[in-house]
Amino acid sequence: MANVPPIPKRIASIKFGLLSPKEIRKMSSTPIITADTYDDDGFPIDMGLMDTKLGVIDPGLRCKTCSGRAGECPGHFGHIELVAPVVHVGFNKVIRKLLRATCRKCSKILLDPAQKQHFLDQLLAVEGIGHMPDDLINEAYKEASKVKSCPYCNEEQLDIKFEKPTEYLENGEKLTPTEIRDRFENIPDDDIMVVGMDPKNARPEWMILTVLPVPPVTVRPSITLESGQRSEDDLTHKLVDIIRINQRFQENREAGAPQLIIEDLWELLQYHVTTFFDNSVSGIPPARHRSGRPLKTLSQRLKGKEGRFRGSLSGKRVNFSARTVISPDPNLSINEVGVPMPIARILTMPSVVTQRNIEHLKVYVRNGEDVHPGANYVLRTDGRRIKVTNMNKDDLADKLEFGWVVERQLKDGDIVLFNRQPSLHKMSIMAHSVKVLPNKTFRLNPAVCPPYNADFDGDEMNMHALQTEESRAEAKILMQVQENIISPRFGGPIIGGIHDHISGLFLLTRFENHITSHEAYDLLRRSRARNLPEPAGHDDDGKPFWTGKQIFSQILPEGLNMEFTAQVCAHCDTCKKGDCVNDAYVIIRNSELLMGTIDEAAIGAFKGKVQDRIIKEIGPEVGSRFIDDMTKLAIRAIMRTGLSFGIADEDIPKEARIQINEVLAKAEDAVQNLIKSYLNKELEPLPGRTLDETIEMSIMQKLGKARDETGGIADSHMGLENSAVIMARSGARGSILNLTQMAACVGQQAVRGERIRRGYSGRTLTHFQVGDLGSDAHGFVKASYKSGLSPTEYFFHAIGGREGLVDTAVRTSQSGYLQRRLVNALQDLEVQYDLTVRDTRGVLVQFKYGEDGINPTKSDFSKPDTIHRIVRSVVDKKVA
Amino acid sequence: MTKFSLLDHESVPKHEIIAEGELKSVLSKFLIDKEQLPKIKVQDPVSKEIGAAVGDVVKITRKSQTAGEADYYRLVIE
Ligand SMILES: [Mg+2]
Ligand SMILES: [Zn+2]
Ligand SMILES: [Zn+2]
Ligand SMILES: [Zn+2]
Repeated sequence: MANVPPIPKRIASIKFGLLSPKEIRKMSSTPIITADTYDDDGFPIDMGLMDTKLGVIDPGLRCKTCSGRAGECPGHFGHIELVAPVVHVGFNKVIRKLLRATCRKCSKILLDPAQKQHFLDQLLAVEGIGHMPDDLINEAYKEASKVKSCPYCNEEQLDIKFEKPTEYLENGEKLTPTEIRDRFENIPDDDIMVVGMDPKNARPEWMILTVLPVPPVTVRPSITLESGQRSEDDLTHKLVDIIRINQRFQENREAGAPQLIIEDLWELLQYHVTTFFDNSVSGIPPARHRSGRPLKTLSQRLKGKEGRFRGSLSGKRVNFSARTVISPDPNLSINEVGVPMPIARILTMPSVVTQRNIEHLKVYVRNGEDVHPGANYVLRTDGRRIKVTNMNKDDLADKLEFGWVVERQLKDGDIVLFNRQPSLHKMSIMAHSVKVLPNKTFRLNPAVCPPYNADFDGDEMNMHALQTEESRAEAKILMQVQENIISPRFGGPIIGGIHDHISGLFLLTRFENHITSHEAYDLLRRSRARNLPEPAGHDDDGKPFWTGKQIFSQILPEGLNMEFTAQVCAHCDTCKKGDCVNDAYVIIRNSELLMGTIDEAAIGAFKGKVQDRIIKEIGPEVGSRFIDDMTKLAIRAIMRTGLSFGIADEDIPKEARIQINEVLAKAEDAVQNLIKSYLNKELEPLPGRTLDETIEMSIMQKLGKARDETGGIADSHMGLENSAVIMARSGARGSILNLTQMAACVGQQAVRGERIRRGYSGRTLTHFQVGDLGSDAHGFVKASYKSGLSPTEYFFHAIGGREGLVDTAVRTSQSGYLQRRLVNALQDLEVQYDLTVRDTRGVLVQFKYGEDGINPTKSDFSKPDTIHRIVRSVVDKKVA
Repeated sequence: MTKFSLLDHESVPKHEIIAEGELKSVLSKFLIDKEQLPKIKVQDPVSKEIGAAVGDVVKITRKSQTAGEADYYRLVIE
């Protein structure tokens, strides 16, 4: 690591310029003069478009320039001498600007020497600070084209008009490319620099072509069709056109043809050269193939989604991958993925034939491609790849030799990578083991939805079959789902129970549920637990019963001891711990749930303390088994009682409605009083606020409090048995706010955190008086979703709702860009074994990773709990 | 006008030029050359404040959310 250069190799600059005719001829390996490509024997014709001096594509031939074979020879340029100059379409903008900025007689830039010097100085200054000179250059062009007569020769300047695609008219008369070229040739070098061009690398006359570079054959390879016929590349077709017209032009000119014919041919040559560069310029019909398909010429190769940049460089396709819709399957392990049979029969795993596996592999080959698990290809040691068909499968199986490779179909237990875009963190790609299933969707345990951020409303995911032993080993050790349960983002479990898992275990473990042995076995049937403990007691009829807490305890691994407050905890001033009236204090002793209710804080994704502790104390394998059992038990538990929610669950008793209306009426009065004192100028402004801000804030606060109060009323009347209350309190789905809005009062609609003020002048809607500051005139929705909104309330709600939509759209794009920039800046930093963070040159970035050298996945939610626990387990005393 | 030290500001961590001996032990601790340290410019206000010259190594003692206090070293460059 010693002797690191102070500055790494760095590209100082990239220079762009124009190719001069001289340079084109210099880099050319041969002039191209004939439009024919191959002779009768199929050999490339000399000085033709397929001349072997331009490189070779047919195997067996050698390049006449570099004597390399096909594949070794990079290809070489040729050139076509154009009979008359033509405009290069790509430079139309500059040509037009330059024609207008230069004198038609003496070709000087139409600015006086002082102005020229001014722009030169400015350009130099701008370059010095590393800014783009575009604006300055455009200003120079603008100033120069304003001048009516030349300051040097007094020649009157005429109006230049540009007509698509390549015509220039001076006072209505056409300027030929030759004339334009002559004008440009006469521009002095010093003048060119005024418009930001570098005369050494880009003389303006080079924008008018006199010589056309011919791209190497490797750029436009011809393909041989099955019929043995050659099919040429579109670029070659276009070059043939150019050469033909070029020849006809020359013949006609030498024969002294009339000016009209010459002009027509010149225009035709211009058309062909133009479409050679860009076949989508407006103003001319695109050049077409004989079949009527427009030709794909140079710019078409680069532009657009399927072009070189977006299609070939930024985006690539990979083999051995599959993509389909996902759907849930709670019977799968979190480490598994259900792969549809049609996919399993196409994707393969290569397997080298050895003494030990030859008999197995023979079975796959004998199964062929139709019987799963079969084999699709066999690779011989000589590199030949043979497709396994029903015709040759038995033959191939008999011939199988050590060292051959059999590409067998995907089967249960194979390790594959599974991915959902956008891949924002490492848990977006995890390794699963295959479970081949019928039907056409990928199946996954809903507990792994959080790391992928997946749901089943039509989401699609990708799967990649790993092709080497090394990659499979690496995937299994590092990328398997169970190794990624703890997120490095916050040091807690990102995988855990969601939705029904939480409600299910909440319903099971709260209170003292009486569960008969039949029910108990039914609940635990899908988990790994096989025995029941001593019953908790006997019912009146003498039958034994178990509690839900006991049932849950059966899936806990051995040696688990923990205490924590559940999600349902009311956060009383002093926690009564074991005596909590809400049963919200969880105590697990020796793997037995003694008290407390299991909810989001125990087993939820992001929050679950139980799976977190199991993984950190016992290990990921036991942890993943616990999650498997827990999800299955939870699903059975919620099916035992059922949990449904309907519109009737939003009903509240009449007296509650009356109370709510009272609260709202009182709040409205309070608002009216505030307004009155504001209008009478009696209102005291809050510190640091104007009077207007003060009244708005006070109103918002009053109404906010009123809404919360109505929520409290509704909540207290709905009771704890309401499904929505159960889901909100246990953390399964929804919040008390959602409940409030459904049953009691939707509340204030806001735009940018303020009451709605936009609309007509002085008022939001014509339903209100100008200047009305009241609550309903500025978007307070008194109604609940259940009772239904009034027309004005509905409109305000739509305004507030729209802001939410815009916000999410803007946020995702902004955070995506931020993420990209962070990733690009940090991607090759690495934590070394000495806990330093270094870049690829070995330059230190952090002297200790995270300054404390702690791996967040190994810390308890990034809190010092781990150490306290260890101390406690050793000295059996609590640490302060 | 009253003059004040840049280092008195709450948000400016402690910067000090380290002695040859300490530098040696830092470099050997991380098995690196001076060039592999992060850099700080001589024109940096804090470099001027402590009078650092090109080639010096500055020790920065920062407050750290995770570790309480964290030491960083920077090589002074032009
Ligand atoms: Mg979705
Ligand atoms: Zn070659
Ligand atoms: Zn002139
Ligand atoms: Zn409590």
